[in-house]
Amino acid sequence: MKERTMKVNKFTNLLVIGLVLCMAASGCKKKPTPLTMLPGSKTGQVGEPGAGSGMETNAPITTETGPGSTGTGATGAEGYPQGPGHPGWPENAEILKADTVYFDFDSSVLKTVEKPKVAAVADYLKANSANAVKVEGNCDERGTEEYNRSLGERRALAVREELIRLGIDPMRVDTMSYGKDRPVDPGHDESAWRKNRRDDFVVLTPPNK
Amino acid sequence: MNHFMRLKQILIALTLIGAGGSAYSQIDITKSIIAPGVTKPVLVSMSGLTGEAASTLQFDLYVQGFAFTNAEAAQYLISGSNDGNLQAKAIDPHNKSTLVSKSYSGAPLRRQVHAFADDFVQALSRIGIAHTKIAFKGENRPVSEIYVADFDGHNAQAVTRDNNLVAAPCWVPGHLAMYYVSYKLNHADIFYHDLATGARRAFAHYGGSNMSPAVSPDGRRVAMILSKDGWTDLYVCDADGSNLKRLTKSPQDESSPCWSPDGKWICFAAKEKEHRTLCKVPASGGALQQIGTAGMPSPTEPDWSPDGQWIAFTAQFRSGFEICVVPAGGGTAVSLVEGEDPSWAPNSRTLAYGRRSGGRYVLSLLDVPTKQYKDVSRISGISSQSQPSWAR
Repeated sequence: MKERTMKVNKFTNLLVIGLVLCMAASGCKKKPTPLTMLPGSKTGQVGEPGAGSGMETNAPITTETGPGSTGTGATGAEGYPQGPGHPGWPENAEILKADTVYFDFDSSVLKTVEKPKVAAVADYLKANSANAVKVEGNCDERGTEEYNRSLGERRALAVREELIRLGIDPMRVDTMSYGKDRPVDPGHDESAWRKNRRDDFVVLTPPNK
Repeated sequence: MNHFMRLKQILIALTLIGAGGSAYSQIDITKSIIAPGVTKPVLVSMSGLTGEAASTLQFDLYVQGFAFTNAEAAQYLISGSNDGNLQAKAIDPHNKSTLVSKSYSGAPLRRQVHAFADDFVQALSRIGIAHTKIAFKGENRPVSEIYVADFDGHNAQAVTRDNNLVAAPCWVPGHLAMYYVSYKLNHADIFYHDLATGARRAFAHYGGSNMSPAVSPDGRRVAMILSKDGWTDLYVCDADGSNLKRLTKSPQDESSPCWSPDGKWICFAAKEKEHRTLCKVPASGGALQQIGTAGMPSPTEPDWSPDGQWIAFTAQFRSGFEICVVPAGGGTAVSLVEGEDPSWAPNSRTLAYGRRSGGRYVLSLLDVPTKQYKDVSRISGISSQSQPSWAR
């Protein structure tokens, strides 16, 4: 027992010597207080994004593989069994501009008065059978950001459902939500909000072969 | 002195000198918040520090529940000098004990002050946050980018430069990586971005919108809102994108998932029987449970505190949005300040959140127990900053 204590004692003394040497080497000896060296910016620990070359990037995005890209055989009747829309198809936001659909506050219910516009979009798609459409849901500024992103998507899905009901192939209708990030009117009153609670239609045409 | 104790002390001293910041992880004693919004601040006095050093320390401590007063009234006395490098000490005049006494070097003055703030706070057995980072969305219509900055808003750096829209950044706990929503591919996708290498990839690129990523505390799973099956529902999958599982099946609202610190639950904003509510669901799937937030209308944007005790969220009153907290099991919620989208600091007492100002957002920090809050430094040329995610 005694021998063990002595061994520990010896070890401790070695450590003390080591510590003193270490402090002397780092220049602490002259200071009255212990010196705290701060880690440099290259340590790569959490919260040190200065490390590495990862910032301010616009690195190319891999989309060929990864979840969703090939479709998952989703079960929902109104879902996206084909995967993510029509990547690479040129977009035209002018053709169906007059058919923008508007919603009541905090609602994704397609109003009866708006349905003729959706019918006009369905007619366009029937007459242009190679094209597809992207329904872009938007909100006014009053909700919180991610709540609105979800609400905007439900607005787009409501119109998609109506297009499908009118006989359009679900594969030809994409949806996307901008939440409140893309207002057409930057104002802060009901006249602006009314215009911002909307679904825009973007025509997608097949890429040139 | 007992040899083993002495050995331990030396080892701790070696760790402190050798590794600097790594000492943070050794202290995990958390003082739980007992009374949100009504706790008195701890009074401190400061002498000898000037200019940026003084203002930095005041900010650091204010948002962690300290208030500054004169030396007679103070519980702790801080003194020092910042002629070149920082030397500072904190003493407890009642116990006549020195809590911290150090010189700092090897980094810009602001970081030296942050290090002292953390040393002081940790000497009081709390978790220091002055060395931590936040990520957020910076917007200049019509584009937004992801930024990372010190917790006080200084030293901001752009993470993206896509000239497109982004949203909802979320740090991977303990890693230099994050998930966020990007519209770069003319689609609302969730990207994974490794900040150390700059590599990024489309993590969720399903049909419809891919929204609101939330990484589990162990970094191995991601919860998110997808519309690939025709409704906006809550899903979870592994960090490699496999094992996608649908956790809700409803045409109603689901938004803003977050994780319980033990990784067992996912809490989110939902609508049940026409009423907005906070819900939680087992991360492995199962029945939804409501989390009561009595008196707080339309709760959204929950965030579960790292100590597991509280859920912070946004409530929508007629007058505007308020940051609230409720015990994680549900119960009486407390409304604290005007604001939206709270994110807990590692100390489970400070929140970062967005505050509306003339149609734009300003980031602010709130000390929940004392209700003290202060705006962080803004990036010049960026009109709106919102959706903070605290690295923890």
